[in-house]
Amino acid sequence: MGENGGFLFPNDLHILWQLMIVMYPYVTGLVAGAFILSSLYHVFHRDELRPIGRLALVASLGFLLFAPFTLLLHLGHPERCYNTLVTPNLSSAMAMFGFIYAGYMTLLLAEIWLVHRQDIITLASRSTGIKRTFYKCLALGVYDVSPESRKVDHGVLLILAGIGIPGAAFLHGYVGFIFGAVKANPWWSTPLMPIIFLCSAIVSGIAMVIILYSIGLKFSNRKIDAPCMQSLARWLWMFVLISITLELLEIMTLAYEAAEEWEIIGPLLGDQLAFSFIGIQIFLGAMVPIILLGIVVLMSRYLTDQIRNTLCFVASLLLLLQVFAMRWNVVIGGQIFSKSMRGFREHYTPGLFDKEGIALAIAIFVLPLLFIILFNRVLPVFEQPDEQLSTDTGTPSE
Amino acid sequence: MPTIPVSNSECGGGCGGAPSAGTRRDFLKQGAKALGASVATIILCDMTDLTKMAEASGATPQRANLFADGYDWTKHSYVYLVDIRKCIGCGSCVRACSRENNVPPAHFRTWVERYRVSRSGEAVIDSTNGGMDGFEPSQTGLDITKAFFFPKLCCHCTHTPCVQLCPVCASYRTVDGVVLVDETRCIGCGYCVQACPYGSRFIHPETHTASKCTLCYHRITKGMTTACVQACPVEARMLGDMKQVGDKVAEIIATQRVLILQPELLTDPNCYYLGLTKEAR
Ligand code: SF4
Ligand code: SF4
Repeated sequence: MGENGGFLFPNDLHILWQLMIVMYPYVTGLVAGAFILSSLYHVFHRDELRPIGRLALVASLGFLLFAPFTLLLHLGHPERCYNTLVTPNLSSAMAMFGFIYAGYMTLLLAEIWLVHRQDIITLASRSTGIKRTFYKCLALGVYDVSPESRKVDHGVLLILAGIGIPGAAFLHGYVGFIFGAVKANPWWSTPLMPIIFLCSAIVSGIAMVIILYSIGLKFSNRKIDAPCMQSLARWLWMFVLISITLELLEIMTLAYEAAEEWEIIGPLLGDQLAFSFIGIQIFLGAMVPIILLGIVVLMSRYLTDQIRNTLCFVASLLLLLQVFAMRWNVVIGGQIFSKSMRGFREHYTPGLFDKEGIALAIAIFVLPLLFIILFNRVLPVFEQPDEQLSTDTGTPSE
Repeated sequence: MPTIPVSNSECGGGCGGAPSAGTRRDFLKQGAKALGASVATIILCDMTDLTKMAEASGATPQRANLFADGYDWTKHSYVYLVDIRKCIGCGSCVRACSRENNVPPAHFRTWVERYRVSRSGEAVIDSTNGGMDGFEPSQTGLDITKAFFFPKLCCHCTHTPCVQLCPVCASYRTVDGVVLVDETRCIGCGYCVQACPYGSRFIHPETHTASKCTLCYHRITKGMTTACVQACPVEARMLGDMKQVGDKVAEIIATQRVLILQPELLTDPNCYYLGLTKEAR
């Protein structure tokens, strides 16, 4: 018997995909979202986004580095994970992870290298000893900083970022597809799933960059660029609106059609997920930020920088929570009901120090942030218009 | 991880500061080639024949030592038949399966559900401990007009979502129509458990790999029947072989009104039911 006395299949008593599988789409979403944001600058030349162009890329890399740990911690046999590369099942969405991941990592590293190439050379020429050798290794033997070479860099960057957009969309759309392709589960099985995942990924990516940008500049005692923040707010607002519209449309269709699956999804949303779905995902996580960002976008003339930054920061924090709640409601929500469609499983609360517990989930979220800090110590992540490193075009020599 | 060609001469201290845009171009070229090759492999591969793919990946019954000598899997096509009208809910099949296959407690390769349906169509369903200990009589407080026991097991679907979704080809379908898991290959991701619409799979708490009904493959390939079929005192369960002339089950499937579970999902199960009613799912 289930939570509500309904019938559960005897093998359906526990939630199988736990916190790490919630973290997996969350973290890859941050990767894809931050990348797409950086592309707005690199490909679509939204010059007002220049201050976060690098930060977005590096944030994307940081989260990409730690994304596989979510899956590895979940697997019953992580030591066999190479099987997905050796004997991949080409009809399985999940099997593609390794390939998409490797491809995306290559692309991202190449792009980051190109973006920082001039700085690497400058830093190599300015430093001495081990540091110098280190930067010279990073330069990969290319020391050309002539205007022509910059042009080539720029062209290649454009192409990479151009490939990266469908790449990011694919990386995350396919995560949505992993769920959307499970026809046994009416709460997952919808062709909208990839696009819903992608939109909320972009939301989380932009929100994360706003937070990193705000905090990063605060700590380095610099001023937040107002046009940049304004533009970020505008993009974020647009994507939240699209994302929440899609999420609601999906449910409205289900409710309106009131087909067999609504018998279980109705009580799931209204009862089992009342807090995390209605409370967090819809109200606190979406409606409140939509209003806050609406104020920033529509009433920008009347806002001081301070107010704008605060509104954006708070909205971003709430949106990070919203996207997490959305992932939770999909992954955990989709397993709360038994496949008998007649009852709900026992409640799931993640343990603190389990393999799939809260502590490790926090670690996976925090480590990328540490990576960004570390990266910033090696190469500047924030554009520095006044003390532009690259203006110094010295070439290191022995 | 990408391999970024590091030019040793420069890193090792012999850098003359010479511009070498060529290195970069080569690097990009090589990257593009590698990407092209992997895309081509994916497109060119045969993505339809899952059994072939499973075999290609090495997940064969020979590998798991399941075959008896001289067994030819092309000469069989197994089907299973449950006659709901006969089942008395004794749970002998569940106990037999559990013993035969060493099924961990609270997990089930086969189980029995009890349905009690009232005049107004309300259904009270239970399956305490998978029906292993039979069913205690109990009151529902409803005006029950229809009651039956409903044995279940993996349907060994022909178009099986669990095999389709397994990322490493650990789940596969044998040529004689049995869906199996190669425990030495399974990474324990649980995707197949999510994919099975019938709740037939579980992750084994000790091996951490997917586990399910094997149709007693180790027995049927030696000419025996499954443990559940053998244990059933009322012949509510039957194993058949569509490729044997005059097979009793094949005859029933061909001539009687058999139904399958959740036909709308088009998984094409090979487990048939006699006496299925609309409330049963
Ligand atoms: S019943 Fe479930 S486990 Fe068995 S073949 Fe069908 S989908 Fe797979
Ligand atoms: S749990 Fe094992 S058999 Fe099931 S999909 Fe994952 S790897 Fe395949």
